[in-house]
Amino acid sequence: MSNVESDQADKVRKWQQITVISPYSRELGLRLHGVEPDWCVIKVLPDERLVGNPATGVVHGGVITALLDSCYGLAIFVKLNKLRPMATLDLRIDYLKPATPGREIFGGAVCYKLGHELAFVRGAAYHDSPDDPIATSSAIFMFTEGPVIALEDALKLLEGFKP
Amino acid sequence: MTIETIVAAARASRDWAPLVGLVPYAQFLGVRLDIRGDQFSACMPFDKKLIGNPALPALHGGAIGGFLESAGLFYLLWDMDSVELPRTINFTFEFLRSGRPVDTYASVFMVKQGQRVAHLRIEAWQSSPDKPIAIGHGNFMVKPGAQPKEAT
Repeated sequence: MSNVESDQADKVRKWQQITVISPYSRELGLRLHGVEPDWCVIKVLPDERLVGNPATGVVHGGVITALLDSCYGLAIFVKLNKLRPMATLDLRIDYLKPATPGREIFGGAVCYKLGHELAFVRGAAYHDSPDDPIATSSAIFMFTEGPVIALEDALKLLEGFKP
Repeated sequence: MTIETIVAAARASRDWAPLVGLVPYAQFLGVRLDIRGDQFSACMPFDKKLIGNPALPALHGGAIGGFLESAGLFYLLWDMDSVELPRTINFTFEFLRSGRPVDTYASVFMVKQGQRVAHLRIEAWQSSPDKPIAIGHGNFMVKPGAQPKEAT
């Protein structure tokens, strides 16, 4: 493995731990797929429990919401290279086409404006390419009170929680 | 069992629980429907798995969002003679308060019922209906229950 590749793998390994801090993300089986400064990708694997339409087997829209919401949080943290308490203020989703049953779904997001109080993000859910989306979406997050923690410090803290 | 037979049976028996059982993700969220006369309400009982921020703790925005969308879809099946699950065209969520680790309820309001599209406002609340924790607005593509009769 080249240095660039191992750096990338290391980055994904570190941010994956952040991705699954949330119990709900763990429950959905969200996995970090890629971390680039302007495109963070999380995937959700096919799971019978996440079906919304039993007649077609298509995943529930709420799963796409959770996937993108998680992706947005990650994209903002990656841009900051820190963990900072925040809350989703507004999130919108347009459903362009149904997901294909049995296929993994990727959620990609970019934080395109990072302010002192607000962060603006946009993203998409897709199978093969963000250019052929299942859903497109945008959201606004608001930073809240609380400590700002550098990624490395957060990982050390998480280490302390492990049994 | 198809959605059609389950909706018909629920309408007759006034027991809508089997409908939730039909939608795996609604079951996953633990959604319960409470329908009394013409009053529709949905509940998502608290469960540890719904936590998004373990430090606060607060419910995951995605769990609240999924609950709002589910409540809207069930409302449409209940309110209209729709036999197919309506398709969500788009959905907007406003998160107003952090979701505490307690039961969450949803109230659904039909803003406009058109021939093809229904627009709903869905409010999620915990302590009181006048203190919503999140509001969702969505456009849903609905199909009329009865197909137009063919000319004979």
